[in-house]
Amino acid sequence: MDTQTTILLSVLILPIVGAVGVVVLGRWPNLRDSWTVGIGISTFVNVCRLIGPVMDGARPAYALPNWMPGLGLGFEVEPLGLLFALVASGLWILTSLYGFGYMRGHQEVNQTRFFTCFAVAIAAALGIAFAGDLVTLFLFYEILTFSTFPLVTHAGTEAAMRAGRVYLGILVSTSVLFLLLAILWTASLSETLRFTPGGILDGKISGASAGLLLLLFAYGVGKAALMPFHRWLPAAMVAPTPVSALLHAVAVVKAGVFTVLKISIYVFGIDFLSADGLSDILMLIAATTILVASIRALFLDNLKARLAYSTISQLAYIVLGAALATSAAAMGAGLHILMHALGKITLFFVAGAVYVVAHKTEVSQLDGLGRRMPFTFGAYFIASLSIIGLPPLGGAWSKWFLVTGAFDAGQPWMAVVFMVSSLLSIGYLMPVVVRAFFRPLPEGEDDGIREAPLLMLLPICATALACIGIFFYADGVYRLLAPVMGLGG
Amino acid sequence: MSGLEVHLPVLQVLIPLLAAPLCFLIRKESLVRFFAIGVTFACFAIATHLLGQVLDGPVIVYEFGGWARPIGIEYRVDILNAFVLVVVSGMAAVVFSAGIGQARRSIPEGREYLFYAAALLCLTGLLGVTITGDVFNVFVFLEISSLSSYILIALGQSRRALMAAFSYLIMGTIGATFLLIGIGLMYQMTGTLNMVDMAERLKDVSDTRTILVALAFVVVGISTKLAVFPLHQWLPNAYSFAPPLVSAFLASTATKVAYYLLIRFCFGIFGIAFVFEQVGIDVVLLPLSIAAMFIGSIAAIYQTDFKRLLAYSSIAQIGYMTLGLSLATQAGVSAGLIHVFNHALMKGALFMVAACVAWRMGGTKIEAMKGLGQRMPWTMAAMVVAGLALVGVPGTVGFVSKWALVMAALEKGSLLIPFLIMASSMLALVYVWRLVEVVYFEAPDTEIEAKEAPLRLLIPTWILAGASIYFGIFSSFAVDVAKRAATQLFAAGS
Repeated sequence: MDTQTTILLSVLILPIVGAVGVVVLGRWPNLRDSWTVGIGISTFVNVCRLIGPVMDGARPAYALPNWMPGLGLGFEVEPLGLLFALVASGLWILTSLYGFGYMRGHQEVNQTRFFTCFAVAIAAALGIAFAGDLVTLFLFYEILTFSTFPLVTHAGTEAAMRAGRVYLGILVSTSVLFLLLAILWTASLSETLRFTPGGILDGKISGASAGLLLLLFAYGVGKAALMPFHRWLPAAMVAPTPVSALLHAVAVVKAGVFTVLKISIYVFGIDFLSADGLSDILMLIAATTILVASIRALFLDNLKARLAYSTISQLAYIVLGAALATSAAAMGAGLHILMHALGKITLFFVAGAVYVVAHKTEVSQLDGLGRRMPFTFGAYFIASLSIIGLPPLGGAWSKWFLVTGAFDAGQPWMAVVFMVSSLLSIGYLMPVVVRAFFRPLPEGEDDGIREAPLLMLLPICATALACIGIFFYADGVYRLLAPVMGLGG
Repeated sequence: MSGLEVHLPVLQVLIPLLAAPLCFLIRKESLVRFFAIGVTFACFAIATHLLGQVLDGPVIVYEFGGWARPIGIEYRVDILNAFVLVVVSGMAAVVFSAGIGQARRSIPEGREYLFYAAALLCLTGLLGVTITGDVFNVFVFLEISSLSSYILIALGQSRRALMAAFSYLIMGTIGATFLLIGIGLMYQMTGTLNMVDMAERLKDVSDTRTILVALAFVVVGISTKLAVFPLHQWLPNAYSFAPPLVSAFLASTATKVAYYLLIRFCFGIFGIAFVFEQVGIDVVLLPLSIAAMFIGSIAAIYQTDFKRLLAYSSIAQIGYMTLGLSLATQAGVSAGLIHVFNHALMKGALFMVAACVAWRMGGTKIEAMKGLGQRMPWTMAAMVVAGLALVGVPGTVGFVSKWALVMAALEKGSLLIPFLIMASSMLALVYVWRLVEVVYFEAPDTEIEAKEAPLRLLIPTWILAGASIYFGIFSSFAVDVAKRAATQLFAAGS
């Protein structure tokens, strides 16, 4: 076994070791939390060690023998998956730090169970990222769903349980009814289920059946939250904020769109998708989701719910990028996985900080808080701009490529959708900033509201700064992804 | 082959048959228990050895007293029934080691040896049905296993067990009678009781009405034993009122053997051309299977008793098996066989969990299981594992079954059947998840004194739960064997 394979396996196993350690160390919170961070850092470092070889064209792989005849369980590192793994493992560290601050500040119970499931969820996300074939991907996809259920229902109240049922119900039923069916259908068409550059379906299926298969895949990945199967995402917002932040801005939802993107590139193949308007329906669904979710977000007062709908709309950007099926659009979609993750996790962090410090959950309650919590809301402002897509912030790049891709595909209307959605996102993100900084604090407000605790503030500032930094270093990410997207490196 | 090895096919049945009366001589509970466990392990060892032999070599034919057919009775071991033998004897070994006779409040003290004798006879019958190559022998062994299982069920702790056993007896007898009538008609037309000869001679008379009627009697008779919807009425009561470990034993063996019989009669004796092309039994069986999948699962959702829930879930799972059979392709039959193996593991594990709960709580009301996740963590973790397997989550045996079944249906060019299979597994998720919520996320109403189940029960439970994961990841054993069994069956039938 060569070094790269060893690294690959260590990345997959480390979070599991982490989970076991958290259980063992559960009685000593400080030790337990340091352990989590330690494992998080070593996982991230190991993922980073894969960047060099992958950029040089290596594809570290590991296959588990002896599964069903003709089918293997296997892993393979390719650029897109590596990007997703970097995002998930990197933000895991920051979220853990933030989580300690949040959970302690809020005196939550069952913290050990919480951090254990967290580690398992990250392991599942990394499994998805490095899955070498559809079955492996499906396996980890389901593990991710089940391991996040206890996180979503952490509060244990009747409302949380109900939300948990919606969460589990939608995610599992779409995955079994549509995704698994689509995988099996693919298996009956093609002799392999491995992710292969250029796709494995070209010439095996055509016309309406191909369109149906694509829809089965798109809706089967319920985590991508395409309408009308998006209800689980707002429901899952009953979870503690660190969960919302990492899982519902990064790991879970990004696992969804990553899967969609991966399937379009490695199962269908961009060329096959763009032929005969195969993806037209998907394009329409994604565009509708973008607009409807953005409009819905405008009218929600609860901050986390508003961010949830914003996420739904932003996820559909990535699906639309995949459906446009041009190199530039796919590049935009890939970049957006990273850019949106950085921006949205900051926004959720801020929402959580406000909740812990000031116990406020509604947008209309935020008046004047910006002056008390300048760093927190400053970070919110930066991240919002990135989500909207303005330079010099990371979000500008992904939007640039997506819009270019829309024109390349001969779909100018889709470019218009992106633009309108940007305007809408100004509409639902900026009022928070305006209220926080420009309105006075209401009479009789508690004077005790201060800046968020350091453990929370550090990750907030780190991700906000990353939104800026990535604007200048997007070139590296571009070079990483270029070979996959059919763009000259 | 060495001297003893030649006689393995008959020893497979003879050992438990002779062991049953020996229980009367031993009498002492603890000794009988170890004796019975030893016997089941011997059976398992023989079955695995036979399977190894037929996988490597030709079909084993064992002629009684050296008389060749049609004069003598013969045992025929091919991959198909060797596979079923392994499943049945393996499950017996696991359930017997859990101490099948130690059912509190069921069996009067000092009389346990009677119970072990009945259980061993039941095993004898099941193994005999599976191994024999003679259709009348099938009937005899089927009666042996049925009569002894009525005894086992009647020993359940609640008085309703008697009624359940009685209604099973009525249904079982009707089923057996139907089978006997069918066999009689076939004998009348062919003049032989040997399966191979019969298959040969049936070809000439297959267009007679007598054979058509014989098929109807045989299929309905076996379907009663198999609890194919709508002939399933006896099953929920029988499984929920029987002593817990008896349910575990019967659920993972009895219906599997009945399913084997259906395959043997449809593909091995009547022949695929007659059963499916000429008569078109799939026109009836396919919709019934799908109905079973849904009605069984929906009924399971509304049960208030854990064991009863599992019983209804079994009806749905049997639906998957008969669905595979009614596809009438090699892939379909092998999918059904894969599910036989897999379902034995996961349903066995779940009934073992029920046995653990019953042992500590005295009953298996779902209401009373609130908060057991903390009290009996290992038992409940096994329930989650086996439950997820029932849903068909990847990484478990249930996924392998579902994969094979859906691929078989897709091969037939149908998208609707795969979709229905998926939809029904969502129903399985609903009833499994309901249990998970009760056990892990609800606080107990009253202070319960339950603690973790004894190791005697826990270890077999985890062997089965662990196997449902192990064979879900390294599935080539079951898949390979089932495929080869189906290939051999189809090659012989054509």
